Amino acid sequence: MIGPLNLLSSERAAEPASADGYADHPRRMGFFTDTSVCIGCKACEVACKEWNHVPEDGLNFTAMSYDNTEGLGADTWRHVKFIEQRKPLGRQEPGLLHELASPISFNGQVGQVAPAAPKLAALPQASPDGSPFIDFRWLMASDVCKHCTDAACLDVCPTGALFRTEFGTVVVQEDVCNGCGYCVPACPFGVLDQREGDGRIWKCTLCYDRISYGEEPACAKACPTNSIQFGELDELRERARGRLAQLHEGGVRDAQLYLDGKEDGIGGAGAFFLLLDEPEVYGLPPDPVVTTRDLPRMWKLVGAAAGALFATAVSSFVRAGK
Amino acid sequence: MNQTEVTKEGLKHERPEREATTGVVAGRKQRRDTMVPPAKFQSYYGKPVINKPVWASPDIPGYLFLGGLAGASSLLGAGGQLTKRRGLARVSKAAAAAAGGLSLVALVHDLGRPARFLNMLRVFKVTSPMSVGSWLLSAYVPAAGLAALSEMTGAVPLLGTAASCGAAVLGPAVASYTAALISNTAVPAWHEGHKTMPFVFVASGASAAGGLAMAAAPLAESGPARRLGLAGGAVELALTKAMEHQMHPAVRKSYHEGKAKWLIRAAEALTAAGILGGFAAGRRSRLGAGISGACLVAGSACTRFGIFWAGEASALDPQATLTPQRERFEEKISFEKGAEVEELRG
Repeated sequence: MIGPLNLLSSERAAEPASADGYADHPRRMGFFTDTSVCIGCKACEVACKEWNHVPEDGLNFTAMSYDNTEGLGADTWRHVKFIEQRKPLGRQEPGLLHELASPISFNGQVGQVAPAAPKLAALPQASPDGSPFIDFRWLMASDVCKHCTDAACLDVCPTGALFRTEFGTVVVQEDVCNGCGYCVPACPFGVLDQREGDGRIWKCTLCYDRISYGEEPACAKACPTNSIQFGELDELRERARGRLAQLHEGGVRDAQLYLDGKEDGIGGAGAFFLLLDEPEVYGLPPDPVVTTRDLPRMWKLVGAAAGALFATAVSSFVRAGK
Repeated sequence: MNQTEVTKEGLKHERPEREATTGVVAGRKQRRDTMVPPAKFQSYYGKPVINKPVWASPDIPGYLFLGGLAGASSLLGAGGQLTKRRGLARVSKAAAAAAGGLSLVALVHDLGRPARFLNMLRVFKVTSPMSVGSWLLSAYVPAAGLAALSEMTGAVPLLGTAASCGAAVLGPAVASYTAALISNTAVPAWHEGHKTMPFVFVASGASAAGGLAMAAAPLAESGPARRLGLAGGAVELALTKAMEHQMHPAVRKSYHEGKAKWLIRAAEALTAAGILGGFAAGRRSRLGAGISGACLVAGSACTRFGIFWAGEASALDPQATLTPQRERFEEKISFEKGAEVEELRG
């Protein structure tokens, strides 16, 4: 309820649990998904389903890419996106050319810039066998609930089924939700949905049960490349800035952080991303805004409209006389 | 190396090789300007960005319509009673009770877990128009029901009058809060209309309630209903158009395509016919009042269904979600850059 009133307050963004009434709580926890090292293996999707007993989400063939899951929903809490692009850069480095170290060589320590990373432009434009490099790349990214500071789903939930945990995350209580569906179109990211045959709304809980016992969420645990990193949000943001600098240094100019705590319309996210292209390419909104930011104005206008209706009705009797 | 891509639509990026013609022969026009073309629209394989509402038709659009009809009818009911127009009071109170009750049924029916509908009254949250609406309806529907019961049977007249007045006070809120309900979402065709939607909704409710009473109440008593209905219809027509024009073209599109297009057009035609008919024949002819009143009611329903389906279409359309956001984002960036330049200069 306090949400829209003190939006953009930095204290609130740092620890939404305090703002929502927790006196004593752990640090805000979250996800940093570094898509530059995602290999699209979908281990996160599987681990999430296994741990959380999420039912199957359809055995579909989309014919659009290697992504047959399509999007987040009641039965998909982690979703690996797969993008094929006619853009250079994503070429594979076999690591056999000793004089040419990989421009984004991962030296094992996140956040540390490789000292001798050569600029991409300095690399030859042809491979050793003389054929030109293909303008073609694959982007993979594991999407998830953003656990917004100003969470529209939480604001609009009429039953209080959605609540803020002590970790600053947003969780649906399945024994309270009556499936009214208001949170579904309220979410600017298309995260929540109604489960067929069940009627209730389901979404990522950031493994509330696991993190309560000091375990990391199932997806992060299963991620073989550490593309999904779980931890205290402050630390993750620091780490992400280092990684971004490293990529920029390596010549990956398109790399950008998404929802990394800068001023945005959702007061900062608990799950943020490092992307290699514009957010739209990944199906993410470039400027998401929590809908309840406009609600105070809506209520004023609703009041004005109700007043206008009352006045019009009264005047239609007055003019009629008796 | 071959770069040709085999797709469902045939070969792409096929190499022209030696047969290639170039320049003017190949139809290339001379470049006239060096302006950067507008950014190409990008999305994830054309998939929607937001999840579409799970609200079903006719439950929810029907509820939007019935809420408006009920709320405005309560005003006519109380007004009729206070000005001794018994026929008008009777019709309007019955309409309010029936529409209010039915709207509650529609709401409960649309829940994923109808058995848990009482969970709506676990908390009260101003940040949730649905919570506010649930409390509002739980006060309004019994009041409207009691008012109608007392009017029909003549029982408990004092309590009935109090209930009528209560329903008339709550009625306008019932008719208008649904605008906040649907605008307070990420659905572009609803959210972008949030400044005008409340007025469209009360006007549409006035049109429906006025139309219904005009059609069903005795001619001698239906003056106020006719005035309310005609005024409501006219405002509804004008503001629906105004609301569309306030929207980004990529969002407005959803009002001009598919189901929404036909419903909005039908709403315009029916409401316009109701207004003209009401002016021409609503005062004298029983048949004229009946037909034009029915047109107003149907027009109001079509407006609500049209807005509902436009919202669904805009939710499924990534352009409606992404284009306004990208433009906003670019503006923000250029504003920030401008501020930086200013700082350097200063």
